[in-house]
Amino acid sequence: MIDVQRPSCQPLLSVRDLVVQYQGASGAVQAVRGVSFDLASDESLALIGESGCGKTTLGLALLGLLPKAARIMGGQILYRTRDGRVVDVVRLSDAELRRFRWQECAMVFQGALNAFNPVLKIWDQVVDTARAHGFRDRTRIREQCERLLRLVQLDPTRVLDSYPHELSGGMRQRVMIALSLLLEPRLVIYDEPTTALDILTQRAIIEVLRSLRQELGFAMVFISHDLPLAAELADRVATMYAGRIVELADVRNLFYRPRHPYTRGLLLAVPPVSGPLTTVVSIPGSPPSLASLPAGCSFAPRCEFATDRCRREEPTLSTVAPGHWSACHHWSAVSLDRWMERLGGASHA
Amino acid sequence: MPEPILELQQVSVHFRRGRVLLRAVEDISFQLGLGDVLCLVGESGSGKTTLGKVVAGLLRPTVGVVRYRGQDVWRLDSGAFRRFRRAVQIVHQDPYASLNPIRTVVDTLVPPLLHHRIARNRSDAIERAARLLELVDLVPPEQFLPKYPHQLSGGQRQRVSIARALTVQPELIVADEATSMVDVSIRVSLLNTLRRLREELGVAFLFITHDLAMAKYFAWQGRIAVLYLGRVVELGPTPSVIGDPLHPYTQALLAALPEPDPDLTRRKSKLLLRSLDIPSLAHLPSGCPFHPRCLRFVSGLCDVERPSLRFVDAHRSVACHVVVQERAAGDLPPSSQEAATRRADERMPFERG
Repeated sequence: MIDVQRPSCQPLLSVRDLVVQYQGASGAVQAVRGVSFDLASDESLALIGESGCGKTTLGLALLGLLPKAARIMGGQILYRTRDGRVVDVVRLSDAELRRFRWQECAMVFQGALNAFNPVLKIWDQVVDTARAHGFRDRTRIREQCERLLRLVQLDPTRVLDSYPHELSGGMRQRVMIALSLLLEPRLVIYDEPTTALDILTQRAIIEVLRSLRQELGFAMVFISHDLPLAAELADRVATMYAGRIVELADVRNLFYRPRHPYTRGLLLAVPPVSGPLTTVVSIPGSPPSLASLPAGCSFAPRCEFATDRCRREEPTLSTVAPGHWSACHHWSAVSLDRWMERLGGASHA
Repeated sequence: MPEPILELQQVSVHFRRGRVLLRAVEDISFQLGLGDVLCLVGESGSGKTTLGKVVAGLLRPTVGVVRYRGQDVWRLDSGAFRRFRRAVQIVHQDPYASLNPIRTVVDTLVPPLLHHRIARNRSDAIERAARLLELVDLVPPEQFLPKYPHQLSGGQRQRVSIARALTVQPELIVADEATSMVDVSIRVSLLNTLRRLREELGVAFLFITHDLAMAKYFAWQGRIAVLYLGRVVELGPTPSVIGDPLHPYTQALLAALPEPDPDLTRRKSKLLLRSLDIPSLAHLPSGCPFHPRCLRFVSGLCDVERPSLRFVDAHRSVACHVVVQERAAGDLPPSSQEAATRRADERMPFERG
């Protein structure tokens, strides 16, 4: 097995060979097919990929929140708790999971409106949550809550006394982000935190997340299909395709020196807004169905680098440079020349 | 100047919600000629979809005139109105919702061809349907004709929607967020198909999107209109609007937009805004609707008088008192300085190696 660990740090989270399977009417489908990565306690990792690549399933598995139809078939999710013990989230009992969630690890879902109870004022929901986790000191909860709301640039008195529908989408999302930090978790998972928000609100959320992390120092996992968001907020980026991590690297290496054809393809498909018009190319074909994956590398049918070997033999993540892994037989042939092209002032084909 | 296909003259659309009057679209004018591309860019609630419906003849404006080949479309007789509706087709955002799930591709494409007497008979119609599928890159067409929507991917469905719009040989296609529900990796090939239709068939496009990157890519040779709360705040050729935005709102949008480039995007400035709150359409601010959020707000002017869209050079117009005054006085507007810094910034990653 490869060692996907960053040197000289004890990881907060170590995921090893995780396999998650959905049991459907037409048979079993593996949504996560052997994922491994480490996360340091001060690190921000983005999981990027398109719909159906398994990124949300992976996020839910990290918290033990998988739906009933899903089962963890193998692997470990090793988490280092506050008191230095290492627990395997896969093996926690329901009671232990409840304690784990929110106090150790919180998740902010896409679409913050659905995450609130529409008939309760925000403050009442806060008290409910805190009480469910054994915190009964209302004054302390109030203080903590007001501090967090001010950190996300909201007026605590107004927000706490509002019903969810009285807040705009961007405000709700910021309330959600603030509340996720209420019990001082050390890991927060954000599932598409800015999707469906307009650009100016998106920018505000990005600034809030960045300053919160500086202020409070927690680890973040972002799940997103949005490359620009990963470029903004991630220290490291993992590209997911068909249930696997196909590339994992430091954010600048991944964006400037991608070594997997799929990452490269995604980067070429998303044009930057500023600067001259660059070449924009899409990836041929469409993502495979997890129910009928091709033999060998699942990206091979769409890949311009694919050879017979790729259609036969599924590549595993291997080191291409220190701290940079790619699951491609031909990684050394993959390069991105967009940056050179932008220098020369390119035109498009 | 050739006669425009479609012209909007001071169009407003108001909706009544109980006692509240919502001014969804206010005082908008533009023209579209053969093969023209106009991008409507705006955030949710900016009125871009409403405007798209007005252009497609699906919604009658409260005030103003929509002209098709010089004639007021809402005064046409029914035959001429039908010809107008045929000439302007709309492609919706959600291909899952816009295609009938119990109709195969061939049953979606053949009836309009027969109804509008474009095909002589059923076998001619099937032949034409196959050619339309080739045009939208669904090849080989025989493979797609018998399929139901659920047997197609999102991108393929959207291509069928485009093929359906093309059955009636339109002169103008209104594409309302037509690419936003499709995965990133295949979005561009869909845009390329649309571009080819423009180049090969001379179809004009009203391209509605919230995504400035897509607007830039699709409408580089065309124009962009930036909408804010139902008004056009800036209109001009795409390269100038994106490279050198004039209106404070356009500047804030472009400065805020995350880019797929870590060095570039992390150097972006803080929000160029005084407030994050978006005013409601039901309670529009006095004067310029952007003034409560605008960094260049001038008290006593911007909150009193509503700026209209004015030309600042031969091709560009802006609805902003401050910018128009500066341009008239010949000052160097700060926008170009900022844009110059931004351009310099972009070169940084390469210079560092």
